[in-house]
Amino acid sequence: MSDVIDRPVLEQEASAKSRLRIIDCDIHPSLHSRADLNPFLAKRWQEHMKTYGDHLRTPYIGTTPYPRSSPLIARRDAWPPTGGPPGSDLAFMRKQHLDPLDIEFGILQVLDLFIFSQQNLDFGAAIQRAINEWQLAHWCSREPRLKASILVGQDDTEAAIAEIERCARIGQYMQINVSPRANEPLGRHRYWPIYARAQELGLPLGIHVGGYGGHPPTGGGWPSYYAEEHQSNAHSMAATLTSLVIEGVLERFPRLKIVFIEGGFGWIPPAMWRMDQHFERFRSEVPHLKRRPSEYVREHFWFTTQPIDEPDEARHLRSLIEWVGVDRLLFSSDYPHWDFDDPRFAFKTPLSESERKKIFNSSARALYKL
Amino acid sequence: MARHIVARTTDIPPGGNKVVDVDGRDIVVFHVNGEFFALLNRCPHEGAPLDKAACVARLTSPEPGVYQRSRVGELLRCAWHGWEFDMRTGQSWFDPQRVKVRSYPVAVETGETLAKGPYVAETFPVHIEDSYVIVET
Amino acid sequence: MVAMRIDCDIHPAVGGTRTTLLPYLDDHWKEQVVSRAIDGLDLTSYPPAMPLSGRADWRPANGKPGSDFTMLQHGTFDQLGASHAICNVLYGAQAVYDPYMASAFCKAINDWIAAEWLSRDPRLRASIVVPMQAPDLAIEEIERRAGDTRFVSILVLAQGESLLGRRHYWPVYQAAEKHRLPIAIHAGSQYRQAPSSVGWPSYRYEYYLAEAQAFQAQILSLIYEGVFGKFPGLKIVLMESGVSWLPAFMWRANKTWRGVRVEVPWVEREPAAIIRDHVRVTMQPFDSPPDATGVADLIDQIGCDKMFLFASDYPHWQFDGDDAIPPHLPDSIVSRMCADNPLETFPRLKLAA
Repeated sequence: MSDVIDRPVLEQEASAKSRLRIIDCDIHPSLHSRADLNPFLAKRWQEHMKTYGDHLRTPYIGTTPYPRSSPLIARRDAWPPTGGPPGSDLAFMRKQHLDPLDIEFGILQVLDLFIFSQQNLDFGAAIQRAINEWQLAHWCSREPRLKASILVGQDDTEAAIAEIERCARIGQYMQINVSPRANEPLGRHRYWPIYARAQELGLPLGIHVGGYGGHPPTGGGWPSYYAEEHQSNAHSMAATLTSLVIEGVLERFPRLKIVFIEGGFGWIPPAMWRMDQHFERFRSEVPHLKRRPSEYVREHFWFTTQPIDEPDEARHLRSLIEWVGVDRLLFSSDYPHWDFDDPRFAFKTPLSESERKKIFNSSARALYKL
Repeated sequence: MARHIVARTTDIPPGGNKVVDVDGRDIVVFHVNGEFFALLNRCPHEGAPLDKAACVARLTSPEPGVYQRSRVGELLRCAWHGWEFDMRTGQSWFDPQRVKVRSYPVAVETGETLAKGPYVAETFPVHIEDSYVIVET
Repeated sequence: MVAMRIDCDIHPAVGGTRTTLLPYLDDHWKEQVVSRAIDGLDLTSYPPAMPLSGRADWRPANGKPGSDFTMLQHGTFDQLGASHAICNVLYGAQAVYDPYMASAFCKAINDWIAAEWLSRDPRLRASIVVPMQAPDLAIEEIERRAGDTRFVSILVLAQGESLLGRRHYWPVYQAAEKHRLPIAIHAGSQYRQAPSSVGWPSYRYEYYLAEAQAFQAQILSLIYEGVFGKFPGLKIVLMESGVSWLPAFMWRANKTWRGVRVEVPWVEREPAAIIRDHVRVTMQPFDSPPDATGVADLIDQIGCDKMFLFASDYPHWQFDGDDAIPPHLPDSIVSRMCADNPLETFPRLKLAA
């Protein structure tokens, strides 16, 4: 019987106020409807959005061939009573999430329209700008706790750089986001101009799971089930980490910081061990790497914690956290998705005060300069 | 064991539920297949409210592609992570012994019976012609 | 007599189709291979000259690492101390698209291994190489070898055309279960799609790392498609997959299954339990945590000492020196992995007294 919940909610849990304030590094606001973007789109693109809509490398225009286990991937209690999809109503987001959990800051990650994967690059450029503007207008300007990210379609480098410059001048964005399922693995040279700008601007690179790169979700082909496809997100992050490290991105851009969002963190220690184990044997193929791969990971990468791993034994989670390194972890909830982590109950192993502070606040604070 | 009147039976339509506060605990009462079930309104996993869970059939399968349904509406899929619980016992699907939601015995009694006392709650007026859901904690 | 130590993964090498395999092709394929110069089926995954493909002291003066019989015997048995070894031939017969050609080449490999390796040293065993893209032809090849108990498993590559759990492969598993042949999934790709979900890697190093994820996807596919429910006697052996990714992978699979079970209701137990019963793993490479405590934790997290199988991966360069056993393993694991586990996993292993 789970002892934690089999009792009335304790006073200090009823509201997290006066305990540690939380920085939530992954919140998904959503459009009420696509028309919300119209104020930020030229007429030509408003029309295009209505008539042609998305053009993604996936069979359906409006949904996924791997149907999720709940409507709109969301918690069933996250539908705003006033209407609209989960995550579309600021008042409800405050009431359900920001206020009771005492979220000091929430970093927004917009998944609507999946701008990173739009095949029509001009459309992609138009809607990425609209979404970046919408974040500020609808969310950040009305709620100072919420912080925006610059979303750019990585496969049109020119348009991406232009949008990065535009947003950087405004100065209210926390990071530059690209998708791990791009046309090519993210370490490839074609993406380096984006990393150069990120480094110059002192903005972290954010990489959130998902995308329609046109490849099967696994190296062995297309899975049949959402259960497989959901776990493939962790695999994509491992492959992305590998690409970024092995291509020498961090050697070329030594001040670049990279955040992996919604990948969880269980896969990271074995990925580091594997990279290190085989480094000597493959060294002659990658002479541009001057350091052991795990060193690059420990210095340049941060990982949001959701979906947190749930071993049967709490001590195994403790080992995992120590292997990854407390300093690498940033709490995230993934609100309002179904596999959301509640900051009060997600960590089933005790954390020291200083560990809690880092994971739930100070590491993100330093990284995003909040 | 304390007995609490939590609702009139007509307050909870078939397939629906009601959340009531009993001694500081949120308890969710479901009405399904002519019966009432009461559970602590918090999933043992991360505390999600079970009143928003999906009420589904018990789903089993002897082999791929075959779907066997029974006890339609009596299983809960938690609103957050989709863990399945049997409304009747509170037991989880994947580990019925170790992972459960606290469940409470429920009785339905008529207003006539309750009016004889001493179970009438001050804040819950009892009418002779109605039936009431009683939860024991 | 040498203590029993069964090396579950060594790699005799095929010199070439027109050389090594020619005698084992029928007249039609002989003519095709010679007149069309069909040869050179070394997988992109394993360029023979790359360091991983052959440790320097295991490279013959002429020919590919693993092509010299005497050298392999000496390395595997004398130097590394195996008492028996299972041969897994990685020549890419499976990867040609023509299913009949693939089938003919697979048959030739199996005939060659039997004639020129297994018959020359009674300590050797082999996996049956099969053309999975044509399941009926794969079954034919399995049935052809079923009576020869020196063949102890069925070899498939970690990255084929479709994920291994898919329905069209089920007849192969039926045959495998019937003949008590585990499916040995070995590192290697037919490059039918990008080796990872993020696209085509630039480097062999990068590719090799992505293999770990492919193995994981195969396990999930086999579990969620219900293969172990349909074929409860089937065992899967992961070869050259890495080991240390197992715990986090199992945790995540359990976590997902608990919430999404309704999609796959024929999966009646949590994935980690199924893995502990049906999946085995060779120990080279191990991809070890940096210290003894870490290794002990990892073994504890995997939670099943029956899963581990001794292997050297000879002649691939996974370690230096003469000790193929990864450091810091508890003694109880070492003794199980050298004998008990291989005997249990490969029931057809029949060993001289």
